[in-house]
Amino acid sequence: MTLVKTKIGRRAFIRNTGLASGGLVIGFNWLASCKMTPEQVNNLPKEWFELNGFLKVGDNGLVTIMSPNPEIGQNVKTSMPMIVAEELDVAWKDVIVEQAPLNTDIFTRQLAGGSQSIRQGWESLRMAGATARHMLKEAAAQAWGVPANEITTKDGMLTHEASGNSAGYGEMASAATNIEVPEEVELKDNGSFSIIGTDKRNVDGKDIVTGKPLFGLDVYKEGMLTAMIVHPPAFGMKYKGMNADTVKTMPGIKDVFHFVVYPEGMEKQWSDGGGIPELVAIVGNSTWECMQAKKALQVEWEQDSMAESTSYHEKALAELLEKPTEAPARQDGDVESAFKSAAKIVESTYSAPYLAHNTMEPMNFFAHVTPEKAELLGPIQTPEFAEKTLAARLGMPLEKIDIMMTRMGGGFGRRLYGPFVIEAAVISQKMNAPIKLVYTREDDMTQGTYRPSYKVKYKAGLDESGNLIAWHVRGAGTNDDLIFENRFPAGAVDNYLAEKHSLTTNVTTGAWRAPRSNFIAGAEQAFMDEVAEAAGKDPLEFRLELFDRAINNPVGDPENNDYDPERYAGVLKLVKEKSNWGTDTGKARGVAAYYCHNSYVAQVLELEDGGDMPRVDKITCAVDCGIVINPIAAKNQIEGGMIDGIGHSTYSALSFENGRPEQSNFDTYRLIRHSESPKNIEVHFVDNGIDPTGLGEPSLPPVIGALSNALYQATGRRFYKQPFINDKPPLVG
Amino acid sequence: MASFTLNINGKQQEVDVDPSTPMLWVLRDHLNLVGTKYGCGIAQCGACTIHLDGTATRACMLTVSSVGNSEITTIEGLSEEGDHPVQKAWLEVDVPQCGYCQAGQIMTASALLEKNPNPTDEEIEMAMNGNICRCGTYTRIKKAVKLAAKS
Ligand code: FES
Ligand code: FES
Repeated sequence: MTLVKTKIGRRAFIRNTGLASGGLVIGFNWLASCKMTPEQVNNLPKEWFELNGFLKVGDNGLVTIMSPNPEIGQNVKTSMPMIVAEELDVAWKDVIVEQAPLNTDIFTRQLAGGSQSIRQGWESLRMAGATARHMLKEAAAQAWGVPANEITTKDGMLTHEASGNSAGYGEMASAATNIEVPEEVELKDNGSFSIIGTDKRNVDGKDIVTGKPLFGLDVYKEGMLTAMIVHPPAFGMKYKGMNADTVKTMPGIKDVFHFVVYPEGMEKQWSDGGGIPELVAIVGNSTWECMQAKKALQVEWEQDSMAESTSYHEKALAELLEKPTEAPARQDGDVESAFKSAAKIVESTYSAPYLAHNTMEPMNFFAHVTPEKAELLGPIQTPEFAEKTLAARLGMPLEKIDIMMTRMGGGFGRRLYGPFVIEAAVISQKMNAPIKLVYTREDDMTQGTYRPSYKVKYKAGLDESGNLIAWHVRGAGTNDDLIFENRFPAGAVDNYLAEKHSLTTNVTTGAWRAPRSNFIAGAEQAFMDEVAEAAGKDPLEFRLELFDRAINNPVGDPENNDYDPERYAGVLKLVKEKSNWGTDTGKARGVAAYYCHNSYVAQVLELEDGGDMPRVDKITCAVDCGIVINPIAAKNQIEGGMIDGIGHSTYSALSFENGRPEQSNFDTYRLIRHSESPKNIEVHFVDNGIDPTGLGEPSLPPVIGALSNALYQATGRRFYKQPFINDKPPLVG
Repeated sequence: MASFTLNINGKQQEVDVDPSTPMLWVLRDHLNLVGTKYGCGIAQCGACTIHLDGTATRACMLTVSSVGNSEITTIEGLSEEGDHPVQKAWLEVDVPQCGYCQAGQIMTASALLEKNPNPTDEEIEMAMNGNICRCGTYTRIKKAVKLAAKS
C-alpha cells in the first residue's frame, strides 16, 4: 500500500457538488451518456449516495463512475473509470459509466489531447476510488464497532473476518456520506490490481453496434433548426457581400445571414485557432434543404492577404533549409570541424504535405442560447476553453454556460479547435432558437486547422570505423518550427547541431495526431537507416549502439535529453526479439523507434513481395507506456495509430492553388482502405510497473520510418517525399 | 414536397419530403433513425451504408423517390436485440475506436456474409473497401467478419 495525500483535486472530494443527480446540472439529460447493461437497468438502486465528484454508490451496490474526459475514440470512457473502480475495489460488472459534463469545480484537465488523459488523470482517479473505499470502510467500522484497518474489501464487499461481519458497499453507502474526507488515503500496490491490466470492452460498444444516438451529429431536439455555414473558398479571402433573397425563399429555409464570429479585439483562446472572423449562416428545417440552399447561394469574397499555393510553400520552405538560423536550438561540440574530419558524409532532405484531420464525423455542435443561459452539446476536445470564449462572445458569465460532451466520431487534434462551438452559439442567439450546426465534409476539409507542411534536411558524419561523429538537422514548417532539439540522437553524438525555422503563412495549422512527431520521426528514422547503411552496420544494432552511448556517456547534461535511453533501447530489444530480427524471412523489412507523448515505441515492419508500393504484411510492435490499463483497448490504439501513419504517409495530401484547398472530399483526398492496410499486427508491451502514459499518439510517428526503411529494402530506393505513392522514381531516358 | 411510403425495418413509414432528398437524410432528419451516418455525401466512405433489398447500398446517394417498394434495413433493424452474429463478433473483438464508421462497416459486412457465408480474406477486403475507418480498425474488422462467418 502507498499512502498519498488527497490534496490533488481536493475540490473533487467535497460532497454535494450538484452532480448527485447525475448530469442534471445542465438542465437536460443526455441519456446516451449513461451506460448501463440491461441487468443494471432492471436493478437500479432506489437511492444514490455521492461519495465524491467522481462516483456515487447506490443502495444496492451499483456504482456510477463519472468519466471526466472527452471521448474521441481513445477509449478513456472505459479506461479512466477502470482506474477509479480498481481503487474502489468494486466489481466491474456493477459499474455504470457516465460522461461527466464540463465542470471545472470538480475535474481538472477535462481535455483530450497529447495522449495525456491517463497519465495526468492517474493519480486523481486512483484517489477518487481510494477515498470512497476508505469512507465505506470507516462507515462499516463504526457500524460493527471494529477497527477500520481490520476490514478488507473485495468486489464491492466489506468484510471483517474476526467478527464475522460482512456487508455490500450499498449497505454502507448512506453512512459513508457522513464520514470525513480523509487527509490521506492508501493506494493499492502496482501489481495487486484486479481490474487494471485486464481486458475490458468498450463501455459504449453495444450502443455503437446497434446505432444508438451517441454522437454530436445525432442530437435532435424539439424545435431544433439545422444551420450550416459558408466560409471563404480560399485562405487569404474574406467576406464582401451577397444577395441572399432568392435563397431565403427556398423550401425549408428560415434565414440566411452574414455574421461575425470573432469581433475585432475580443479575447480569444488558443482553442479558437483556425476560426474565421466572418461567415455566412444558412438556417433551415432540415439538413438536405440547407445543403441545397448552400449550393444555390452566391457569396462575394475579396482578397485579404496573399493567395498561397503549394508551389509557394515548397519553394519557401526549401529556401529556409538553405539558411542557418540566428541561434541554434541546440549545439553540442562542433559539427563543422567534425564534418571536415569525417570519413563519410550522408545528406538527405525529407518533406511532407499539409494534411486534413478528416474525422469521420464532420464538425458540428448543438446550441441553445437564450438571454438567460447557453446550453451547448456536442463533440469538443477542449470544452473548458470553448466556455471562456463563449463567455466573452455572448457577454455571459461562465455559470450561465453549460457544455456537455457527446462521444466524438474521431478527434486527431481537430476538435481541440472549436470555432464551430462559438459559431453555433452565435447562430442560435441570432435565431433565438435551438440549432444544430453541421459542417458538410467539404466545409470540414477546406476550413481545417491543418497539419503543417514540413521539410527537413539532415547531414551526418561517420569516422573510419563507422561511428557517428556529427549530426546536423535543420527543419522548417509552415507556422511551425518542427524540430525537437533535445530528442534522440541528441545526447548520443559528440557534435550535434539542431536548427529550426518557421514559415509564416495564412493557411491555418494546428495539432494533428502526434504534432511534429508525425513527420519528424519518420524522417529521422529513415535517415538513421541511411547512416547505418553508410556505416556498414545493421540498422537496429546501430541504434542500440547510440543508446549505449547515451546511457553510459551522454553528451551534455543528460537532464537536457528529452528521453530515457534505457527505456528507448528496451523497446528496440523487445522488438528485436519478438520479430526475430536478423533471421532472413525472405521479406523486405524495416525497423524504427521513437519516443513521444511520454511513451516509447519500436516497430519492425515487413512487406509483401512486389509492386511499386508493396503492401505491409506484418508489423511487430513493442511499446513501453508503463502500466497498461486496458490491454485490448491499448492494442486497438496502437494498431490504429500505425494504420493511420502508414495511410497518411503513403496516400494523403492536401494541396493549395491560390489559397484554395484542391481536395475537398474523399474522392480527391485519399485515405487508407481495407485492402491497403497491414495484414497482421502484433503488439507487445514492456512490463515494468511504471506509472502509465498515453497511447493515442505514440505508435503513429515511428511506423512511417519503419515503412520507408522497408520500402528501401523492397524497391532499392529511398522515399523522401510524402505521400510515398507519388514519390515515383525519375524516368531514366 | 411529395409523400412517400417506405418499407423500413419491416415497418411502413410515411414521409413528406422533396423527392430529391437522399435516404440518408430521410432516415436521420425525418424518421429519427440516426444510426446511419453522414461521412461524405458522395458514396466514397460507406458511413451511410444500409441494405436495399439485402444489398449494401449508400444511403447518401439514394434518393427517396427511387426507393419504391424496396425493403430498407438500417443498423437499427439489423436485429431486435443487437445480437446479429456480426454485431456480436464486433463486440467480442472490441472493434470500435470512435465508433462512427462502425454502423456502415457492420451493414456492409452483414450483407457480404448473407451472400457469401465463408469469404476469403481477399473477398472481405474487396467487399469492405468502400468503407473508410479513419481510426484504422481494419485488422479488427477483418477478424470480426471471420468470427461472425464461423458462427
Ligand atoms: S456518407 Fe454515404 S458514402 Fe459517405
Ligand atoms: S472507429 Fe472511428 S472511424 Fe472507424
